[in-house]
Amino acid sequence: MSIKGKAYIAGVFEHPTRKADDKSVAQLHAESARGALTDAGLSFADVDGYFCAGDAPGLGGLSMADYMGLKVRHIDTTETGGSSYVVHVGHAAEAIAARKCNVALITLAGRPRAEGMATGTAPRNYGPAAPDVAFEFPFGPTVVNQYAMAAMRHMHQYGTTSAQLAWIKVAASQHAQHNPHALLREVVTVEEVVGSPMVADPLHRLDCCVITDGGGAIVVARPEIAKTLARPRVRVLGAGEAVKHQSGGKIDLTYTGAVWSGPAAFAEAGVRPTDVKYVSIYDSFTITVLITLEDLGFCDKGQGGKFVADGNLISGVGRLPFNTDGGGLCNNHPANRGGLTKVVEAVRQLRGEAHPSVQVKNCDVALAHGTGGSLATRHGSATLVMERES
Amino acid sequence: MSGAARTIPAPPVSPETKPFWEAAAAGTLVIKRCDACGDRHHYPRAICPFCGSDRTSWQTASGRGTIYSYSVFRRAPVPYAIAYVTLEEGPTMLTNIVDGDLDAIRIGQRVRVRFVPTDGGPPVPMFAPA
Repeated sequence: MSIKGKAYIAGVFEHPTRKADDKSVAQLHAESARGALTDAGLSFADVDGYFCAGDAPGLGGLSMADYMGLKVRHIDTTETGGSSYVVHVGHAAEAIAARKCNVALITLAGRPRAEGMATGTAPRNYGPAAPDVAFEFPFGPTVVNQYAMAAMRHMHQYGTTSAQLAWIKVAASQHAQHNPHALLREVVTVEEVVGSPMVADPLHRLDCCVITDGGGAIVVARPEIAKTLARPRVRVLGAGEAVKHQSGGKIDLTYTGAVWSGPAAFAEAGVRPTDVKYVSIYDSFTITVLITLEDLGFCDKGQGGKFVADGNLISGVGRLPFNTDGGGLCNNHPANRGGLTKVVEAVRQLRGEAHPSVQVKNCDVALAHGTGGSLATRHGSATLVMERES
Repeated sequence: MSGAARTIPAPPVSPETKPFWEAAAAGTLVIKRCDACGDRHHYPRAICPFCGSDRTSWQTASGRGTIYSYSVFRRAPVPYAIAYVTLEEGPTMLTNIVDGDLDAIRIGQRVRVRFVPTDGGPPVPMFAPA
């Protein structure tokens, strides 16, 4: 069964806060849900499917269904880190196509900034029962030094440079200057990125995404319902998901799970990379974007450095505008999980509701891609292809 | 510069991996080999991740390998080098590079295992320039 055309993204919302000292995590989830339902022209009473991941407090979906008063007949708490919400859109479309629900709500929220969490720079320990922990945690794996190893290997194997990686941040900053909610709105240069302090070789401070509080939500609806709503219609064309891991020690850090999720999504959608007018690419670090673009087929493997250089990702300048909200590198990375906001900006582009300075002309097909976990050890990859219904 | 300059957390030891840590305490690096498909893996598991067989056994590794990738974490109170080292026997393992100039580490460099004490647990396998 294909999900092509079986579900629409009816509502999206990105919480405007970037530091939520005065709000609870559950409140941020619910405020985001309310925002997306209002955007769609629906209410909490219309929701019969609920999707959330590890950032949901308490017993996850049960706690948040309780808080929001949801009456659901379908629940999915698939946890693949920051890519979860891209996975959820695909799963919501499947559930709608299988008639398990009519209106699916996806929420994300967190407040790592208010809580002072050492997000990318402290080794994370998922507990002694994690089968990998004894063989990894003693060596101090952090989010940033793991992604850095992927970058180091890519540079070694393909000659990728820090200046090429820096172009990704430059493009994001060019877009973020137009986003009043973006955490970092200052335009930066390649020289400023490569001149910023080294965090973990070869990743500089400005190769890293922001740490923000906040959240977001997405409403996915059955076509018959979406067609009664007043908003521009965004149709789900295809979705793919994959898990890449250490393969028992047969390590290759030069590609991601996007080599599997991408072709699956493109095949289901019946489109090719050259048909895509806009991409939202998970940008935990600059290297994440570069490798993902290669893996999705926007350029050949190893050519990502050349592809992203010289402004090729800047809207109105380059061939492939990306992350026109400023992405995780400049705008927002709520709860250390950037997948949901990737879908939100892609929907804005398809609706023609991105900021006029970054709106892509005739944006009829867009792609959102999430990467959750670590490029170096274990991660989830999720690709979503959507189109504007003309 | 050495691994001993920072506190290394103790690895949690499970019944499944106890032989690995007993060997480590004796200064020997062991890996798992599958008796069914013959392939070697790391981290060690009871069930082979390649063929699914439950016939896996411990094999002494040479302790020699080459650096597949690395990163020096400059933001840490004591900077350290995390790395993937590919063992002569095949598997690539997460580790630290110790006992040398952090700025001289290179991909492809030959290294040799060195067990480093942990905070109340068995020592862990790190690697030093060969």
